[in-house]
Amino acid sequence: MSNYAIEFNGVWKKFARGEKYDSLRDLIPSMLKMALRRKKQEELGEKEFWALRDVSFQIGHGDALGIIGPNGSGKSTALKLLSGILKPNRGNVRVRGRSSTLIELGAGFHPDLTGRENVYLNGTILGMKKAEIDERFDEIVEFSELREFLDTPVKRYSSGMHARLGFAVAAHVNPEVLIIDEVLSVGDYHFQEKCFAKMQEFVRRGATLAFVSHNLTAISTLCKNVLVLRHGVPIFQGDVSTGIQKYHSFYEEETKSAAIELLDVSLRSESGEERDIFEPGEKVRFEIRLKALKDLEHCHPGLQIHTSDGQLVFVTATSRLTNTKLTLARGEKARLSFSLDLNIHGNVFLLGFTVTPEIEVPGEWLYYNPRLKRIIMTDSRKSQGFLHMNPSVEMQLESEKRSVELAPNL
Amino acid sequence: MNTVALSAEEDLSLSPGRHPTEEFAQYKELLFMLTRRDVKIRYKQSLMGFAWAILMPVLVVGSGLIVMVAFAAMSGKPINKLDVLSVAVKSVPWAFFVAAVRFATNSLVMNKELVTKIYFPREILPMAAVFANLFDFFVASSVLVVILLVAQIGASIYLLWVPALLILLILLTVSCGILLACANLFFRDVKYLVEVLLTYGVFFTPVFYSASMLGKWGFVLLVNPVGPILESLRNTIILHRGPNLPWLAYSAVWAILGLLITWKIFKRAEASFAESI
Repeated sequence: MSNYAIEFNGVWKKFARGEKYDSLRDLIPSMLKMALRRKKQEELGEKEFWALRDVSFQIGHGDALGIIGPNGSGKSTALKLLSGILKPNRGNVRVRGRSSTLIELGAGFHPDLTGRENVYLNGTILGMKKAEIDERFDEIVEFSELREFLDTPVKRYSSGMHARLGFAVAAHVNPEVLIIDEVLSVGDYHFQEKCFAKMQEFVRRGATLAFVSHNLTAISTLCKNVLVLRHGVPIFQGDVSTGIQKYHSFYEEETKSAAIELLDVSLRSESGEERDIFEPGEKVRFEIRLKALKDLEHCHPGLQIHTSDGQLVFVTATSRLTNTKLTLARGEKARLSFSLDLNIHGNVFLLGFTVTPEIEVPGEWLYYNPRLKRIIMTDSRKSQGFLHMNPSVEMQLESEKRSVELAPNL
Repeated sequence: MNTVALSAEEDLSLSPGRHPTEEFAQYKELLFMLTRRDVKIRYKQSLMGFAWAILMPVLVVGSGLIVMVAFAAMSGKPINKLDVLSVAVKSVPWAFFVAAVRFATNSLVMNKELVTKIYFPREILPMAAVFANLFDFFVASSVLVVILLVAQIGASIYLLWVPALLILLILLTVSCGILLACANLFFRDVKYLVEVLLTYGVFFTPVFYSASMLGKWGFVLLVNPVGPILESLRNTIILHRGPNLPWLAYSAVWAILGLLITWKIFKRAEASFAESI
């Protein structure tokens, strides 16, 4: 017996770009082409690209693997290969045990059939026997919270109801291997929590899980290991926190600008040490040397901090801080140093740098890169939450018999 | 490639790469559910309901009668009861064949959602399409049986052929269905071609008239493998005599070899369905 529930061995998968042969008129030329390059099944033809290149991973029985990566990195392709919907061009895929795939909630629901009929239909499509569905029917309905709509055609359901019923059926297939694509992004918060709890229950009960999501909190809670993909190439495979850091490092990028060239960029601690990991409450210096590629008049450099999922946390500019503006002739250089108190908490943040022209036009920049550097904040021992508010406390008892207890060694 | 069977539960595994027939056996229930779905949808929210199952055959029989009246007027021979019933006996299965092949041709493309999102053996979709039409066929056939009883057509030992003939017809329909469904997935104009062939196919098949009416050119109608089956149905039900065995064997070869070959083609093409649809 093999130790692995899922094996992905040296898998390559290619897709065609652009138009496919869609009418019979194209049959003869396409057949000729196929005959001519018969042997090159495994090679890349024109208009083709590799969606996955030489990807290998194994998941042991009862383990959970998260698959993360930017859009278009091949995550969903990997899951479709696992479920058998797609077949690899090279390499092989093995799944041992009864598996259930959730690529889309409620795929296979028929709009004209009622909720009840669709539970049976979808359950069968997902591989359940009728007897099993009979047995679990009440549980499924309970989970979906749709009892009073059971005899309504699904076409009259809201998209949230649709997703709820879809997950409810899928969650009761009781698979040994569960393959899930981003499904937590639908429905309201309450329902997402419920789905997540169900997935945790699966893992606890010893099911094997392959899970694709952009929700890194969900990934790090469910999975010990992650696979990081980028452009179809496995970049990293291993423990979840390192993987997530790797994933975030994709977001640091270079930007080209016709007006300004950055010569040096660094993040330094108070003591001048260059690093990107900081504790909440620490001071950081953000130093930039830049060169003007053309004459610049009265422009204002600024900085931005975003969370890794793109929410703006903080923005400032020299014009706001010191009421100064930057004027440089072509070829001249300048040095800037911003100081910040990093009163933020355990997460990854992206530090951006911008240079705005004198007359601000929304969306027009001399230089714009919201992802110049990343700042990794460690957790604070003193507090939790989004902000670090530099807390202190005083506590006194109005009694003479007792004194304030000290927690041992916090 | 095969997975190792570990336990009884393991047999339910959906893992790809197992033997196709073994895998298919596990999906019998899905075939049943999808057939039921297709039947249900047809009768749900529809004006016609069960009358739908009768309409097509009635239209075919009706046009057959007109053709016969025209023939009778030309040749001067009166129309007899047996000829009218023969047209009915051949029209009902022909209507089934046409509707089932048409429906099956579109089955994969119509279920795009399922093909791209969930794994199961894809031949289930065209087969469910054929079986859903088989349901209509049985509805229409029961009406036909009542008519035959009323007309006191009588019975003979040759009626034992009928189940075998129907099985051949179903096999033939399934093999056309899975081949065309697959072709239509890759080339979307296949359905128009099928539409045209099915519309005019009635003139190349002994539905309104029998092959013998064409004299030595009768074989033209029998080359189409549905032809000998329809003729045999007429022989056994209406004329109380055995089928033309050589021609029936010809159809049987088509049905069985056809199914084996189209199944192979379908299975080979299946791997690229999800990315080509």
